[in-house]
Amino acid sequence: MAQMTMIQAITDALRTELKNDPKTLVYGEDVGVNGGVFRATEGLQNEFGEDRVFDTPLAESGIGGLAIGLALQGFRPIPEIQFFGFVFEVMDSIAGQMSRMRYRSGGHYHMPITVRSPFGGGVHTPELHSDSLEGLMAQTPGLKVVVPSTPYDAKGLLLASIRDNDPVVFLEHLKLYRAFRQEVPEEEYTIPLGKADIKREGTDLSIITYGAMVHESLKAAEELEKEGYSVEVVDLRTISPLDIETIIASVEKTGRAMVVQEAQRQAGVAANVIAEINERAILSLEAPVLRVTAPDTIYPFSQAESVWLPNFKDVIETAKKVLTF
Amino acid sequence: MASKTQNASQDAKKALEVVEEQFKTLQILNEDGEIINETAMPDLTDEQLQELMHRMVYTRILDQRSISLNRQGRLGFYAPTAGQEASQLASQFALEKEDFILPGYRDVPQIIWHGLPLHQAFLFSRGHFQGNQIPDGVNVLSPQIIIGAQYVQTAGVALGMKKNGSKAVAVTYTGDGGTSQGDFYEGINFAGAFKAPAIFIVQNNRFAISTPVAKQSAAKTLAQKAIAAGIPGIQVDGMDPLAVYAATREARERAINGEGPTLIETLTYRYGPHTMSGDDPTRYRTSELDNEWEKKDPLVRFRKFLEKKGLWNEEKENEVIEQAKEEIKEAIKKADAAPKQKVTDLISIMFEEMPYTLKEQYEIYQAKESK
Repeated sequence: MAQMTMIQAITDALRTELKNDPKTLVYGEDVGVNGGVFRATEGLQNEFGEDRVFDTPLAESGIGGLAIGLALQGFRPIPEIQFFGFVFEVMDSIAGQMSRMRYRSGGHYHMPITVRSPFGGGVHTPELHSDSLEGLMAQTPGLKVVVPSTPYDAKGLLLASIRDNDPVVFLEHLKLYRAFRQEVPEEEYTIPLGKADIKREGTDLSIITYGAMVHESLKAAEELEKEGYSVEVVDLRTISPLDIETIIASVEKTGRAMVVQEAQRQAGVAANVIAEINERAILSLEAPVLRVTAPDTIYPFSQAESVWLPNFKDVIETAKKVLTF
Repeated sequence: MASKTQNASQDAKKALEVVEEQFKTLQILNEDGEIINETAMPDLTDEQLQELMHRMVYTRILDQRSISLNRQGRLGFYAPTAGQEASQLASQFALEKEDFILPGYRDVPQIIWHGLPLHQAFLFSRGHFQGNQIPDGVNVLSPQIIIGAQYVQTAGVALGMKKNGSKAVAVTYTGDGGTSQGDFYEGINFAGAFKAPAIFIVQNNRFAISTPVAKQSAAKTLAQKAIAAGIPGIQVDGMDPLAVYAATREARERAINGEGPTLIETLTYRYGPHTMSGDDPTRYRTSELDNEWEKKDPLVRFRKFLEKKGLWNEEKENEVIEQAKEEIKEAIKKADAAPKQKVTDLISIMFEEMPYTLKEQYEIYQAKESK
């Protein structure tokens, strides 16, 4: 076991798979000799060579097309989109092409591609670096969307994503890259995609969340415990497909639920989680399922992040509404 | 200062003229079927020449039958190909089986001649997933609807071939309108930067639906767009099968020798509408223009050329026509026999492993389908 930050766990997973599978390719803007703008691919080109880990021209759409073409030639591409705000440039390759390839070819071709990309607020990035756009991906049939919140989950989920034979969008929260260390096994292990994780057990309220909001929710749960409330925190880990079984089992146990996301209220996946709960567990509910989200504006100018981004206080406030409904 | 600026812009204008002069149209066979460029003449046997003519005649019949089957409601989406036989088939004729074709929506003939069974091409037109289940060993994708997407994907296929060490090329097609897309530029630029074995073909048929090529770009040729990627570009007479073949073959040689991609512009014409989905070319095209291009018909000049060599006659041509009609009839029958698509089929081809929510939906539809 080693103490790792999330970014070290990601690098470790990439190294593991570059070693295991000669068909894996890691590439993107500045991921080679530079080791990535966040050092996620640090040392990988040195260890595996320019044929396996390489830089590309500055064009996201081209990077997406390259992944599709390489996959058609038997490779397992792991491209990087430098910031997920730049996904609009490559929406067609991801949502119009790779997500559809198995279906449109009737199973003849498939796309074992993992698109890695950082996102998320709280670190005062410039425009269109921190936007939470996972909702766009989650609405696309044919894609899986993974958002880890811990170093341990990041390694296991990334290995599972790379080994998956269908396209996975793997979103890495910027604020979580080096926020804390955690014991991460040095040997390889996988965490199944589509499986949520109960990060804290409780009996009074289920908080369903993902990404940086997992930690805000855990902090809120601690505060609420002081007031005598037992809060369960469900980390979705994969936001598409949703782990319906874990979500519903938790809600049936607690009878109250809320969904916490960093994305704007009209975005993200909170509305979908609530719809699933309403359809499947309404008879267990003591109160409506409420949401903690960002306001429906464009992502804030960096100085306004602290008043805009949802945090543990918002979680506590909404939790109390649900608990005392 | 003013005069210096003027000098600079005059120099820039001159540079543009110099560039345009570099893209002269390659032609080997004129409209009368005469060889006008002996040195560029490709090395083709008599049998190969006959086979190429066979394919062009066959494909013209396929176009005529497809239009009429579409009108009878026995085909769905169809983008006419008449006029583009040299551009489409002579370029495919220059390929080898191991080469990979990424076609656009009008490029069904190329993938048929690369090995896609005809009845599957008809199923593609009708909208049936079995049309896109490419047989093993046939290196093609189904026709791409998103204009330009095939270009960036081609860069990837070609890079994959390079990494695999295979002596093969990735070949893709777009139209004149498609050269305005970002993916067009990114595709040729990526292939150039990676020195990947790709051939990018631009079939300039003068119109993108109703928009003439002059409204796409101020560039005098489309071939010169290769300069932006730093790769060779060549403009050929796209109504001349020998010129198209020669240009493609040469690009293939360069590519498999590790010298990178080529952009080929074929000057061609579509005699029919854009697609059979209600487009009316009389709204934007004059009959004078149609007549002018009909004189350039690739079948007419190649027929004359082969007849003079004693390699073609009416009897041979009629044999091809009869064969085409017969095979088309059989293929339509085979397409008719394809089982109707079920929602459970569509769910099954989404992922290798069905996620929970799709499993649920599968069961719901299975119950509906078993009623």
